[in-house]
Amino acid sequence: MSVIINAEDEKKKSLTTAKFQSERKVIQSAAVPIELENIDTDQIIPARFLKATTRDGFGKNLFRDWRFENDDENKPVKDFALNNKIYSGKILVAGKNFGCGSSREHAAWAIKDYGFDAVVSSFFADIFKNNALNNFLLPVQISDEFLQKIFKAIKEDTNAEIEINLEAQYIKILATGEQEGFEINKYKKTCLLNGYDDIDYLLNIKDKIEAFEKATA
Amino acid sequence: MSVQNKSGLTLFDKIWEKHIVQKIEDGPSVLYIDTHFIHEVTSPQAFTGLNKRGIKVFRPKQVVATADHNVPTLNQHLPIKEELSRLQVEALIKNCAEHGIELYGLGHPYQGIVHVIGPELGVTQPGMTMVCGDSHTSTHGAFGSIAFGIGTSEVEMVLATQCLLQSKPKLMRINVEGELNKGVVSKDIILYIISLISASGATGYAVEFAGSAIRSLSMEARMTICNMSIEMGARCGLIAPDETTFNYVNGRQFAPKGEEWNKKLAEWKTLFTDADAVFDKEIHINAKDIEPMITYGTNPGMGIGVTKNIPALNEVDAKEKPYYEKSLQYMGLEAGSLMKGKKVDYVFIGSCTNSRIEDLRMVADFVKGKKKADGVEVWIVPGSKQVEAQAQKEGIDKVLADAGFMLRQPGCSACLGMNEDKIPAGKYCISTSNRNFEGRQGPNARTFLASPLTAAVAAITGEVGDVREYLN
Repeated sequence: MSVIINAEDEKKKSLTTAKFQSERKVIQSAAVPIELENIDTDQIIPARFLKATTRDGFGKNLFRDWRFENDDENKPVKDFALNNKIYSGKILVAGKNFGCGSSREHAAWAIKDYGFDAVVSSFFADIFKNNALNNFLLPVQISDEFLQKIFKAIKEDTNAEIEINLEAQYIKILATGEQEGFEINKYKKTCLLNGYDDIDYLLNIKDKIEAFEKATA
Repeated sequence: MSVQNKSGLTLFDKIWEKHIVQKIEDGPSVLYIDTHFIHEVTSPQAFTGLNKRGIKVFRPKQVVATADHNVPTLNQHLPIKEELSRLQVEALIKNCAEHGIELYGLGHPYQGIVHVIGPELGVTQPGMTMVCGDSHTSTHGAFGSIAFGIGTSEVEMVLATQCLLQSKPKLMRINVEGELNKGVVSKDIILYIISLISASGATGYAVEFAGSAIRSLSMEARMTICNMSIEMGARCGLIAPDETTFNYVNGRQFAPKGEEWNKKLAEWKTLFTDADAVFDKEIHINAKDIEPMITYGTNPGMGIGVTKNIPALNEVDAKEKPYYEKSLQYMGLEAGSLMKGKKVDYVFIGSCTNSRIEDLRMVADFVKGKKKADGVEVWIVPGSKQVEAQAQKEGIDKVLADAGFMLRQPGCSACLGMNEDKIPAGKYCISTSNRNFEGRQGPNARTFLASPLTAAVAAITGEVGDVREYLN
């Protein structure tokens, strides 16, 4: 069986996805909590699932070894948040130092592919943060206090809705009205809101790059 | 008020400023990348991206490729058995051929782990900006360069434009002063530092390692330190180049030659932190405080001196307790217990952290005339074909074979549970690699990180031990 991929269609598709995401200036949804620190990218997606040559389909192996016992898809670990039906939503909430370790962008692809649009934590590893932003997956860094408030809100009501407003840069627990601002650099915010990516930007300044090369040669 | 005095520049500043193509207001800078390493795992999607845009690699001569993560470490002359691994390696061959990129693939005398071959070929040089879709790219900072890991979207950016959009990190200096204790090697220094500041202690920072203990190290040893700077979250680690650096680079295949060498050398000699430069954070460590290290938990910050006890529960911060307990449960260890004497099933000496010729020499010197313990499997995986050849030339392969160790072929091997080399579920492996994360060496495998010397002790005795007891 062969699959024929039309490059033009693919390009259109990826642009549409970006556009669709960019229109989502506000994410409002319940959240899935994983109350652990130092969640590394080997947990998010173990190395043995990095053998693909496309960006698709990593969601099914998201948190593979925490989700299934002995690597067996028929044996889900019942109380792990992704398997627990009481949790749902497009926001993943986790402890500090999320995404540490390997630079594998597959971690961001897996989270996105599974259906999350944002990850909330009190601290992100650098490379993961960049990878997330490059995939229109919003990393929302908040104070440890506010993170605890979100965990508490979810404990009290697993359907507790969280609002993340990228335009106004705040995150809010709708039930209590508590909110906190979050930082994002202006350039990246513009990219996310408009569906731009860094490659487009860099390709547009190729003459400047060539001039730099000549000047420093 | 007075205008702020202009303070001196750090090593990082000097390299960074020279590579800025353009600054974006309230945003990142466009950073020019001198050298881009690629491997089979994190590059295929980047090439697909280029093909979709209908563009070619911008500066193929500044890209160096190798296959390392997915390669078997036995019978490398045969086709790769695992189909998906093979397809990924074949995709790299095809992409490199289509875009005119030099590939040191399987069978090539230069093949090996990307962070081992760059330096040994003289591709890695002081003052450069270097990236790779691999977090351990920080290794190359040992030469006084800015080197860091990137994601695949960024790999695509560098392939397309030889540039990246980057925000300048904060700057930290870690000074290690004094003479190292007997039996303490560079792996112990970095494991000690990470245990001190935690697995996220340097996130957001570029870290310069300095001080007399660092300056006394060989290039191989410096690479081990910079390699693991990512394990404390650092964007990169770097060490000012000096005579040790220049002597290492001089004469290597891709090092500058003749007049070009003199020109470069003069330039490299300006690469140091000015005396009046200011860091955002500075840490001072006394080399005497460092003993041979071992990790007990599931991140590289969970390390202790090999004679110490695993922290008791009441020594752990309440907030960190759930993680701590989960970690020890995974490891099958008890809080408060002693690491010394813990049985190991596997010994892995290899990875981009400790697979260079000096590491192999260190192990061979120690095990000469000794035999491995019964029931322990010992894998020694050289970092490159050149390391392998050198080990054979020096007879290291025979010393290791006589001890009952298995010398395999170059690759990332059991560091990451991706290729055929995995540690079985529930087994303990003392490993010279860089990560002890859950499942890192295979589903449910348990990892103790240590230096090649401490790993060699475990190979001989079958348990975690103190190398100092074996040294005169």
